[in-house]
Amino acid sequence: MPPDARPIGRRLQEINIRLENIDKRYGGLYALRRVSLEIASGECVVFAGRNGSGKTTLLRVVAQLVKPSAGNLTFPLAQNGSGPARKNIGFVAHATMVYDELTAEENLLLFARLLGIADARNRVERLLSEVGLSVRRDSLVRTFSRGMRQRVAIARALLHEPSVLLLDEPSTGLDPQGVNWLAATLRRLRDAGATILMSLHGESEISSLATRGVRLDAGAVVADTQAGAGLRSILTFAGA
Amino acid sequence: MSLLANTGVLLGKELRTEFRSRELLTTTIVFVLIVVVLFSFNLNPTTEESRRFGPGLLWLAFLFAASLMLQPCFLREQNNDTLSALRLSVADPFAIFLSKLCANTLFLLLTELLLLPVFAVLYNVPLLAVVPQLALVFFLGSVGLSVTGTTLSAISAQARMRELLLPLLLLPLLTPLLIASTEATAALLAPEPTLRWDWLAILIAFDVIFLTAVWLFGEYLLEE
Repeated sequence: MPPDARPIGRRLQEINIRLENIDKRYGGLYALRRVSLEIASGECVVFAGRNGSGKTTLLRVVAQLVKPSAGNLTFPLAQNGSGPARKNIGFVAHATMVYDELTAEENLLLFARLLGIADARNRVERLLSEVGLSVRRDSLVRTFSRGMRQRVAIARALLHEPSVLLLDEPSTGLDPQGVNWLAATLRRLRDAGATILMSLHGESEISSLATRGVRLDAGAVVADTQAGAGLRSILTFAGA
Repeated sequence: MSLLANTGVLLGKELRTEFRSRELLTTTIVFVLIVVVLFSFNLNPTTEESRRFGPGLLWLAFLFAASLMLQPCFLREQNNDTLSALRLSVADPFAIFLSKLCANTLFLLLTELLLLPVFAVLYNVPLLAVVPQLALVFFLGSVGLSVTGTTLSAISAQARMRELLLPLLLLPLLTPLLIASTEATAALLAPEPTLRWDWLAILIAFDVIFLTAVWLFGEYLLEE
């Protein structure tokens, strides 16, 4: 779907993230090809697509961890419009982004202090309790299962209650209770006005939070739809 | 949050993870000890020969040890993509470099602190009279080793053949530092020790130039 053919109603909302003709090349390979999207504040966008379709690269470009080869990424709502401090972004990636040689509590305290969170210890304690890791707070992360590591990763991303949340297949490794908790947390953040971008495979409780679905294929946007039947078709097609 | 505060937090993390695993320190100290002991057994130098060749041997040993020690400092951040988490969390990416630089310098100094008495005994070179001056030379030399090594570790961590790349880049680049450190140390081990400010000036200039370059361009090295 061409980017300028999006529903007009979306233009009336405040645009939080704007991608204009973003290309990302690795050598001769295009990971992203002329991606243009406008994402409004408070939207919950699901990116779907087959493996290698560019979902992860797109999230890393928005996180400003990867520089696009061409095109512009802007954050119109941020001060000076050039982009929010990276510190306003919470990112859950494929990798857990936490240290195996530190305990769960040490990991969260480290990032809380780097982010300058006031009363870091209380915030960490509350998050550890929310993700169900209070009992294992003093255990090294390398002794954790994949699901427990993912809980620490999600807690790390939520430490500073970011205004933009980027989640790359966030339910990886989580048990049903973990998925329920994550869905409830994301719903609360979305309702509070956070902009959420996430990549998913197939339908789940988390995908039901989406207000919009975007399907990528070979690095290009091939479908962009509001929630409902269209979104379901995007997710199921991608998961097929 | 200020650069120094971020650096302090990250330095604490570096020290905690290293002293918990002791991987780098143990291997580096054992490696340097083996080099110094083997040379001592093979050459069996007199005090006069030790004064002439000892400083070069010492700094070569530290150089090889540094290339071993510095290799994993950014590789470790790639295992779980923690470098990305750090880049999203710190206000100034230079804090990531600075903390690793401080940690690597401390580890090198600790290695040197343990090695120097062994060197003095095996090579029969009295060091006690020049300890403060030696400390200055070793501090400046270690900072230079760490600055260049940490920078090149960040570059090589993203490359293929990374294990070979770091020594290949590091050893030629450190030639001026190696010469200045060796000459300054040799002057202190001479029968009439002197602190050679000309060589120290080179060491200081080397440290300042590379530190400034990392401060100016370090952020680009962390990009994917």
